[in-house]
Amino acid sequence: MPDEAQRARRALTVSNRIASKLRGLSDTAIAWIFIGPTILLLLAINIFPLLWTIYLSFTNYRANQPGRPVRWIGTRNYERLLGSEDIWGYLQATAHFVIWTMIFQIVIGFGLALLINRNFRGASFWTTIILIPMMLSPAVVGTFWTYIYQPQTGIFSYIVDFFAGTGALDMIGSVALAPWSIIIVDTWMWTPYIMLLCLAGLRSIPDYLYEAAEIDRANALQRFWYITLPRVLPFLMLAVLFRGIENFKMFDLVVELTSGGPGSTTELASINLKREAFEKWRTGYSSAFAIILFVTIFGLGNIYVKVLNKVKS
Amino acid sequence: MSASAQKPGQATPLGKFLAGSAVVLYALVAMIPLIWILATGFKSPPDSISYPPKVFFEPTLEGYVNLFTTRSRQTPEYIESLGPPKSWYEELVRKRNMVISGPSRFADRYWNSIVIGFGSTFLAVFLGTLAAYGFSRFRVPLKDDLLFFILSTRMMPPVAVAIPIFLMFRQLGLSDTAAGMILLYTAVNLSLSVWLLKGFVDEIPREYEEAAVVDGYSRLQAFWKVVLPQMRAGIAATAIFCLIFAWNEYAFALLLTSGTAQTAPPFIPIIIGEGGLDWPAVAAGTTLFLLPVVVFTVLLRNQLLRGITFGAVRK
Repeated sequence: MPDEAQRARRALTVSNRIASKLRGLSDTAIAWIFIGPTILLLLAINIFPLLWTIYLSFTNYRANQPGRPVRWIGTRNYERLLGSEDIWGYLQATAHFVIWTMIFQIVIGFGLALLINRNFRGASFWTTIILIPMMLSPAVVGTFWTYIYQPQTGIFSYIVDFFAGTGALDMIGSVALAPWSIIIVDTWMWTPYIMLLCLAGLRSIPDYLYEAAEIDRANALQRFWYITLPRVLPFLMLAVLFRGIENFKMFDLVVELTSGGPGSTTELASINLKREAFEKWRTGYSSAFAIILFVTIFGLGNIYVKVLNKVKS
Repeated sequence: MSASAQKPGQATPLGKFLAGSAVVLYALVAMIPLIWILATGFKSPPDSISYPPKVFFEPTLEGYVNLFTTRSRQTPEYIESLGPPKSWYEELVRKRNMVISGPSRFADRYWNSIVIGFGSTFLAVFLGTLAAYGFSRFRVPLKDDLLFFILSTRMMPPVAVAIPIFLMFRQLGLSDTAAGMILLYTAVNLSLSVWLLKGFVDEIPREYEEAAVVDGYSRLQAFWKVVLPQMRAGIAATAIFCLIFAWNEYAFALLLTSGTAQTAPPFIPIIIGEGGLDWPAVAAGTTLFLLPVVVFTVLLRNQLLRGITFGAVRK
């Protein structure tokens, strides 16, 4: 017995010695070993390219002519951009897209969340079904929607015509309908996202609030206005922040659906950026546009977060 | 009484029924495009462009055969001289006066999607776990700024970063390579991965590690033996999310790959048949591409919630 206790004690001191050696690595050292690789990779693939874009935006560089001498041209790219009327057109198309997709998705998503929160039988199953579109690849789905949107043979035009008697609808080809064609697909894909966050908000409301409202004889509208809405609003605004940023950058879905057409009706900012950068190869000029977009998103995002924090408190 | 704000337990049976019907109706309408994709994959090319759109049709595997092969048009005499077809798919193709000339590149593109998807997911989760632990447990200078910096890397439009990355990859010999795409997707996914995993680490009580250290574990051992096993669910949820992002990504793949490292998303739209897009083949490719994601979503819906909301919603 004493033998065993001694052996155990010895084993303990040995393991302690090893441990103290490993512990010799200070906490700061461990912290940097853990965080370092992530920061390095982000610096290499996010920050370095960003700085390079800033530099290129002051030059006349063209990526398809690597041999050409690069000239520093100061702010001329920015002047040309801000003076051009086309740019405002692209930004306007982007704003139209962002605002309408957000409106539709908030209304439908919030509505669905309220309905699902009634906890009918099978609610969880149907919620999962509704989620599916948002998990899919926008570019691949967008390609197939061009088939669904075919005016003669497509099923969209057929169904709408069947119920509303509109005749064949050329959703992608007509100037009037094309902006709505991308809004419909985006709403179809991303309404579940807004719905999910609203649902999370609804489920965070404690029951006693409604019980208290009952005692105060608050009617349904009052309950919605004074209890439900304030509690869901922070979640809803967060959802709109994430989706708003994504839609401001919208590229893949629209490239495959309309590729900016007809004319430049649906030429959103990112799509124009791709044209300038990878079709016309005006690298310097498109870099300046990229910086303007980034600053806009960053600025709007920051203002929005300030408002969000105010709503939260 | 319309009690949209009523607490769930109180909803009347009729109210529940109406709410349920409305939700089911929405779900069914939202499913139409997906059902249509599935159905079109089994149509013959003439059926796929008939008016009115055909709901009932004779199913055929022509779309799938066309997806995986390249074909050339030949004269009937030439086809007859080849002798009887050796397989069911050859027979299908010959009915259209075509001869299979080789496999298409779809399988390669699909394989690229798998390699790049899993490679970048592994790296993003590995680095993300370390960084999340570091941020959660250690005093890091400028911690909040660093975390915000990590989040803000998501605000740049991919097309905007694609220009310098294109130039950088060209310099480093990484353009159009799987290694380059894995690095790129890892970097893009890291922001999500760090934020999500940090939330999971924050929830593990520190006392566990402190107890382990008192027992003679080193800091690293405590991380390896105590924290990591408890993060398993969080790591799985994060991995699914990174995988789905990499699987679906299109902009970088379109702009930075062409021949060898191209993934499926930029390839599916260019499956050309005679006279425009070969819709059954496109639908077949789309079905095969979307199917794993649909299965994942249905099986793992509970783990997905947190990733969808960037860690904002906790259960």
